[in-house]
Amino acid sequence: MKRVLEGSHSVAEAVRLAKAEVIAAYPITPQTHIVERLSDFCADGSLNARYLRVESEHSAMAALIGASSAGVRTFTATSSQGLALMHEVLHWASGARLPIVLAEVNRALAPGWNIWTDQTDSLAQRDTGWIQLYCETGQEVLDTTLQAFRLAENVSLPVMVVLDAFYLSHTYEPVDVPDQEQVDRFLPPFTPRFMLDTERPCAFNQMAPPDVYMEMRRSIQEGMEEALGRFAEMEDEFKKIFGRSYGAVEPIACEDAEIILVTSGTMSSTCRQLVKELRSRGEKVGILKIKLFRPFPAESIRRRLKTARKAAVIDRNFSFGSGGIFAGEVKAALCDIPERPVVFSFIAGLGGRDVTVGDLENIYMQTKNHDVPQQESIWTGLRPASAPAPDLKR
Amino acid sequence: MLEIRFHGRGGQGAVVATILLAKAFFRAGYYVQSFPLFGVERRGAPVEAYLRLDREEILIRTNSYTPDHVVVLDTTLLEAIDVTRGLKPTGWILLNAPAPPADSARFSNFRLAYVDATEIALRHELGTRTHPIVNTAMMGAFARVLGAPPMDAVEGAIEEEIPEKLEVNIEAAREAYERVSGITL
Repeated sequence: MKRVLEGSHSVAEAVRLAKAEVIAAYPITPQTHIVERLSDFCADGSLNARYLRVESEHSAMAALIGASSAGVRTFTATSSQGLALMHEVLHWASGARLPIVLAEVNRALAPGWNIWTDQTDSLAQRDTGWIQLYCETGQEVLDTTLQAFRLAENVSLPVMVVLDAFYLSHTYEPVDVPDQEQVDRFLPPFTPRFMLDTERPCAFNQMAPPDVYMEMRRSIQEGMEEALGRFAEMEDEFKKIFGRSYGAVEPIACEDAEIILVTSGTMSSTCRQLVKELRSRGEKVGILKIKLFRPFPAESIRRRLKTARKAAVIDRNFSFGSGGIFAGEVKAALCDIPERPVVFSFIAGLGGRDVTVGDLENIYMQTKNHDVPQQESIWTGLRPASAPAPDLKR
Repeated sequence: MLEIRFHGRGGQGAVVATILLAKAFFRAGYYVQSFPLFGVERRGAPVEAYLRLDREEILIRTNSYTPDHVVVLDTTLLEAIDVTRGLKPTGWILLNAPAPPADSARFSNFRLAYVDATEIALRHELGTRTHPIVNTAMMGAFARVLGAPPMDAVEGAIEEEIPEKLEVNIEAAREAYERVSGITL
């Protein structure tokens, strides 16, 4: 049934429908509405899960590692500093091949203290062995959370469902909440491949000396490689039951596009509005929306971008001393093919600065009007150094 | 697409008012998107919340800068902030007030309507004596001023969002619908 739901509550509804069995969380803005709603579900009996209030995000993940090792479906949510504090244990989750699902609401890292959206927090965790899925709409948030449990359990790797602070977490919009019967068909009960079992005692997470460590790392990478194929297969199944699918990447008006804007998250949606307007003026422009960041769908990206003259990657994140993180990955994916677009890298919307249709149009025009990028990363919308910060309420 | 901005003070229910109105328009067949001013709320401080509605899917996901109409839950805000910021010419300003403000000439580029939602809320014992909750009354008044959403959608949204005190909330919305006054400046 379609309901007007907050993005955070869309996550919570999906976790309820997925029948998560242990939830451990520590509140942090802008994630708190997710776990608040889940604690309501646990209290009123609509979700039969053990809800653990822990003293930190590090403990939240540690508790889920224990619960997941015991063979149950687990969930947590966090943001920014909370995810950073979890960093050490994120490696333990993937290294132990535990299918934990985490909803990560993108929030800028401090200092300066900032609660607004910015992808650097989740992208800084890119080497932890977690699958990462970025969302554009409230519907996609709900659907992706359901998908995350199935994908995680398919390949025995943890999954991060990533959504923009406020633009998704605090925004109400119509969302189709599926029936329990449909979800049960898509997501059978979790059958662990291994678990703590007193009948079959064994030791987990022991010392792994040089003669086995490399093989263990390789096995995680094989899980990642398997996840690419499993993602497509899972989405086919999802579409059969729910009538919707998203793709690891989604090309929008790319067939004849000379310039393709490469986006992720809610910026993709605003970009769709821009492309509608530009197309009506005869501009040959398209969008490549990247949903799956880990594993990185390099082959799909090459296939979609190779016919364009230019690609403009728009990053709401930054790697100091390097550049936009999506741009770096896209350039690496393209560098081995002989015919490839010139890649422009734009930085926009850090720390929740709004990215309007006009801002995106400026990015498009800069790309159109230059043969090669003027800088490695082009920071857009910066105030001149002498100008004061405007009033928050504009 | 229409954009509506709500002004209130933290704790007065401006955010809930946009959610209620979003749900009412959704029931009437619109695509809706509602969100608060992205920031840190403090009780008593000026807050804003926004609603977008359209017959087509809403793609834009940015802040709202140029609303078509504004709703002001607390007229003490008229002295503190410019509620007409970015407001499109001929847009409605709906005030929670027993009478138009003395200096309403400054709103002459717009259309002004007012309803004493505080009085309605107090009489129906919505909220407390010191903190009456006016959002259901303001929604009823808004439905009259704009000619949408229809009152059955307003009542359905109240039922969905605030099941406790359902009857009195619906009564407050109906009364405000009847009592709202529009003035020509």
